[in-house]
Amino acid sequence: MRIALFATCLADTMFPAAAKATVQLLERLGHEVVFPEAQTCCGQMHVNTGYQKEALPLVRRYVRTFESCDIVVAPSGSCVGSIRHQHAMVARQAGAEGLAARAEAVAGRTYELSELLIDVLKIEDVGAYYPHRVTYHPTCHSLRILRVGDRPLRLLRQVRGLDLVELSAAEQCCGFGGTFAVKNADTSTAMLADKMRHVLDTGADVCTAGDVSCLMHIGGGLSRLRTGVRTVHLAEILASTENGGPA
Amino acid sequence: MTTFLGMPAYAPRGVGQLRGDEPFPQAARTALANPQLRRNLQHATTTIRGKSGRVIAELPDWEELRSAGSALKAYTMANLPRLLEQLEEKVTAAGGVVHWAADADEANRIVTDLVRATGEKRVIKVKSMATQEIGLNEALEAAGITPVETDLAELIVQLGNDKPSHILVPAIHRNRSEIREIFLEAMPGVDPELTDEPTVLAGAARRYLRETFLNTSVAVSGANFGIAETGTLTVVESEGNGRMCLTLPDTLITVMGIEKVVPTWQDLEVFLQLLPRASTGERMNPYTSMWTGVTPGDGPQNFHLVLLDNGRTAVLSDEIGRQALHCIRCSACLNVCPVYERTGGHAYGSVYPGPIGAVLSPQLTGVEDNASLPYASSLCGACFDACPVKIDIPAILVHLRNQVSHPRAERAAMAAAAYTMDRPKLYARAQRAAKLSKLLGKRGRGLPPPLNAWSASRDLPAPPEETFRDWWRGR
Repeated sequence: MRIALFATCLADTMFPAAAKATVQLLERLGHEVVFPEAQTCCGQMHVNTGYQKEALPLVRRYVRTFESCDIVVAPSGSCVGSIRHQHAMVARQAGAEGLAARAEAVAGRTYELSELLIDVLKIEDVGAYYPHRVTYHPTCHSLRILRVGDRPLRLLRQVRGLDLVELSAAEQCCGFGGTFAVKNADTSTAMLADKMRHVLDTGADVCTAGDVSCLMHIGGGLSRLRTGVRTVHLAEILASTENGGPA
Repeated sequence: MTTFLGMPAYAPRGVGQLRGDEPFPQAARTALANPQLRRNLQHATTTIRGKSGRVIAELPDWEELRSAGSALKAYTMANLPRLLEQLEEKVTAAGGVVHWAADADEANRIVTDLVRATGEKRVIKVKSMATQEIGLNEALEAAGITPVETDLAELIVQLGNDKPSHILVPAIHRNRSEIREIFLEAMPGVDPELTDEPTVLAGAARRYLRETFLNTSVAVSGANFGIAETGTLTVVESEGNGRMCLTLPDTLITVMGIEKVVPTWQDLEVFLQLLPRASTGERMNPYTSMWTGVTPGDGPQNFHLVLLDNGRTAVLSDEIGRQALHCIRCSACLNVCPVYERTGGHAYGSVYPGPIGAVLSPQLTGVEDNASLPYASSLCGACFDACPVKIDIPAILVHLRNQVSHPRAERAAMAAAAYTMDRPKLYARAQRAAKLSKLLGKRGRGLPPPLNAWSASRDLPAPPEETFRDWWRGR
């Protein structure tokens, strides 16, 4: 299958390992990955911070870039959530009915990584090997906007060598929330403190999730406190094999 | 009768409690530093989440009930003028008197005049959000009338000269030793040997309140539902103190927000299933009082209904925001909110805290008077899932953020980001690690304000050697 990658601006710029791993995983599974270079950002930060007007060109850019693709994947529940639940709304509220309809069509073909693997490619065991103790944080938008449910856990359970430990109060937000982490930094940090406590309680070496944004937040706290616990995107775990990790 | 032309008014300034003294981030900072508050909130919200989740799981048709509740509220809002006039007609026919209050000042004046006319110097009060919203207690006190809150938690708040911090559990921020001290300080006739045992504290309140119930001839209440079809008012509570107020006095004055009207009696079959399970985690509400006008020889012989707008019509005029008027005040969104769980209610500055407060208060006051509230959420979506009438709170928050006037520097940065992101070549150049490193500094400590709020408690990783885009090109 030919799959277009939407890397997302944050992974592209700051966390390329997650996007590279997505490419390597899908290629290992026998698929062709393309990366349309006209892509940039889904516009979620603008929409959620109150700059919907500014987000309109980014919505249009996403639609134009990907509407010729049969299947699009992004290693982010949050960005896919925005594409699926905000793009058409942004277009419609700007009076761009035509764009809204196109946005809906592209959104219908855009998948978060675990959705793509389980729902479209019908695969749970991707042949990965990752000999670490891992806990999984179900990010809010994967959980409550996309409803990915236990898809990421089903993928992780098939990974050889991986010791999956349950995170308590897993469904509580880590406190990132985009610009919330800056505008309400104290409250965000209080939420992060509790999330880190739960992560540390698991005794895991690695905290994983389907979003580099939440992982940046949790990882930023874990690093500041020198806990030694790393944050690793789900794609990087799934891309790892006995022959080594992703490049 | 005059015809009103123009935009509906917001809740007036200088009266009631819909606006805080400081923006949410500052108020939250104070609250976050209070370990007692953090512990109480964490314990209370976790307990109630568990209890509510268990009883909701018992109902196979919970989702259908939510949809029905949502549809009934949407129908009500679309037919509000007709339903309110029907309610007025039915209440009047049943011997009640209906008053229309455009805002808090008018409502306070109406209630104060009605109490004055009875000659009573004290009123007993049923727990009510609407009267807290309009600052009725303060208005009554200014007129020389003493209001006595009879809901136990509301009484604790009142005696402590405090403000409620939760819609349903207004004294959630207090522990029992604090309550003992408040009672010793402020409760008339209290036993000086009072201990902090919960049953002893409840007993003290009971003695004080019973005496007050028997010696006060006017009560003030809110209303959970006002049924247009029959003119029946409904109050839902757990203690029975509300029922004492609703049945014992000669005069009952009910202040009801105009959005609390429901079309028919049968609609309660939906709401009375949704409300207790979502709010207190009970299968059935303990005390549900209903009355229709006055009944000779039984209950209050004078009944007044004050229909309150105070910004609600302004909310109704907003296509997306009007869903906030669907709220049945169950407080499920507070109990699941990770922000509320840590900051408590006072940080929101309004009697309506938590996620629903963050969308309701700014709409009642006009968004400029509560500009920080739409941002008091990480948009995690837990509130939307928990809401028994499916109010899409995150969507309203995002909608309101678009109405806030943004700081100049932020506006410039957002415009620049959007400009760059719409030009892939420029974007690719901006992304390059060398430039980012300079901006971010070691572990993000070089971030300029306001972004340094990030690096105050969180590291940023070193920017990668190459972006994904560059890696892709180089393959």
